[in-house]
Amino acid sequence: MKKLFAILLALVMLAGFAACGAKQTPAEETTAAPADVTTEAPVETPANMVIRLSTTTSVNDSGLLPYLLPTFEAKTGYKVEVQSAGTGAAIQKAIDGNADVILVHAKASEEEFIADGYGVERLPFMYNYFVIVGPKDDPAGVKDSADAATAFGKIRESESKFISRGDESGTHKAELKIWGDEKPDPAEDAWYISAGQGMGACLTMASEQQAYCLTDKATFLSMKDTLDLDIVLAEGDDMKNTYSLIAVNPEKIDGINVVGAQAFIDWMLSDEASEMIAKYGEAQYGAALFYLLEK
Amino acid sequence: MLFPPDKELLQIIGVTLRMSFFSTVISCLIGLPLGALIGSKSFRGKAFLKKLIHTLMGLPPVVAGLIVYMLFTHYGPFGRLQMLFTVRVMVVAQVLLITPVVIGLSSSFIESASKPVIETARGLGFSGVRTAALCIREGRSSLFSVVLNAFGRSIAEVGAVSIVGGNIQWKTRVMTTAIMLETNKGKFSFALALGIILLLIAFAVNALASFIVKEHADG
Repeated sequence: MKKLFAILLALVMLAGFAACGAKQTPAEETTAAPADVTTEAPVETPANMVIRLSTTTSVNDSGLLPYLLPTFEAKTGYKVEVQSAGTGAAIQKAIDGNADVILVHAKASEEEFIADGYGVERLPFMYNYFVIVGPKDDPAGVKDSADAATAFGKIRESESKFISRGDESGTHKAELKIWGDEKPDPAEDAWYISAGQGMGACLTMASEQQAYCLTDKATFLSMKDTLDLDIVLAEGDDMKNTYSLIAVNPEKIDGINVVGAQAFIDWMLSDEASEMIAKYGEAQYGAALFYLLEK
Repeated sequence: MLFPPDKELLQIIGVTLRMSFFSTVISCLIGLPLGALIGSKSFRGKAFLKKLIHTLMGLPPVVAGLIVYMLFTHYGPFGRLQMLFTVRVMVVAQVLLITPVVIGLSSSFIESASKPVIETARGLGFSGVRTAALCIREGRSSLFSVVLNAFGRSIAEVGAVSIVGGNIQWKTRVMTTAIMLETNKGKFSFALALGIILLLIAFAVNALASFIVKEHADG
């Protein structure tokens, strides 16, 4: 019995290491033989009516995609399969060949994605603002700060509790950028809590512990009723949050629904979608959640 | 982070072992005597009680996590203990999850395997509690697998501990929630490596425990 278990364990480990080692090969193969891919890829895909969209939680959980997609699907007949995760994971899924198009919000990672050849073109199309939320009595006094960096400075000085996403999502990367060179160290600074969870879980934790948190406005507003928190700082210059669409490069990754991805991008950038996006949130929250970038 | 293991990984492994150890010990302290008692006695409502326990054995971890979360939330009945997002409350959730498993497995085992023991005890006129204690003593090597099963559940569980523990770095992050996090980050191969470490730890604990029991039995 013990022997059997040992053998099984060894097999699992072998499989694991094989998987780790194999990670590099698909990319190499496709770069080595781009000719094959380009000759096979075009047309002959009208049958593929499924578009795999890898995106971040903030556009899906805020209700934006569930609000937009039925119109697109009714109009074109495509079916959009949405996978939502933090920006880091959303991009990794595309690199692993599990998505046709991505909708994310982390400029540096997006540029790296394109530089590595995985993405075709970065198309920034809408934005909103990160907000700092915190206890209603605002113990650190961040309310009248000029921007997020100043507010973070006050939080650090007063050692008020701060919940960080800590999951390499777009929001986490934006937060790290605001801290700049003086990033708190979760191991040393007891007031800085690196939660490693999604936006919703972090906001709930911030409410429980009466801590500050950097969040996208949409998620906060959609959860506001369950949270004992207020927006303490909104719309500083360093709090802009830009969302981009990127089609996955079919020359780098095979099996991409090129036609579908392009149809989705075209529609998302169309006047029809723009009007819908600009209106989204007004009825429910009294203010738009996303703004369109000037074309 | 992996080779050589850095401070953070060691800390995560430490929290994991601490949580699993206490969850296992507490749920066995509650579950084994109850399981032995239920298994060795016949009483009215036993069939119903067994159905109830078997249902609780299938309690989804996220539900257990949710219940414990609601109990310990700031405005919950135990909110003033300020235990939410600590290792202690993770143990509470685990005990809620594992105790029914320990009761269920140990009572079935004792019911089926300890018939001669129970009959002997009856013949000697032992009380119910004494009979149960004797069953545990006689069946200890087999009940040991129940304990290991409890440990295995505890170390592998992710849903409940991430809800009540919060997966806080340097505090409540355990191997499973670290694997979830790395998966969410898109670092799949690193997450898999952590999974292999988790398996190795489980294997080491099992081997160590079997060794101790064997020594004990021989001596």
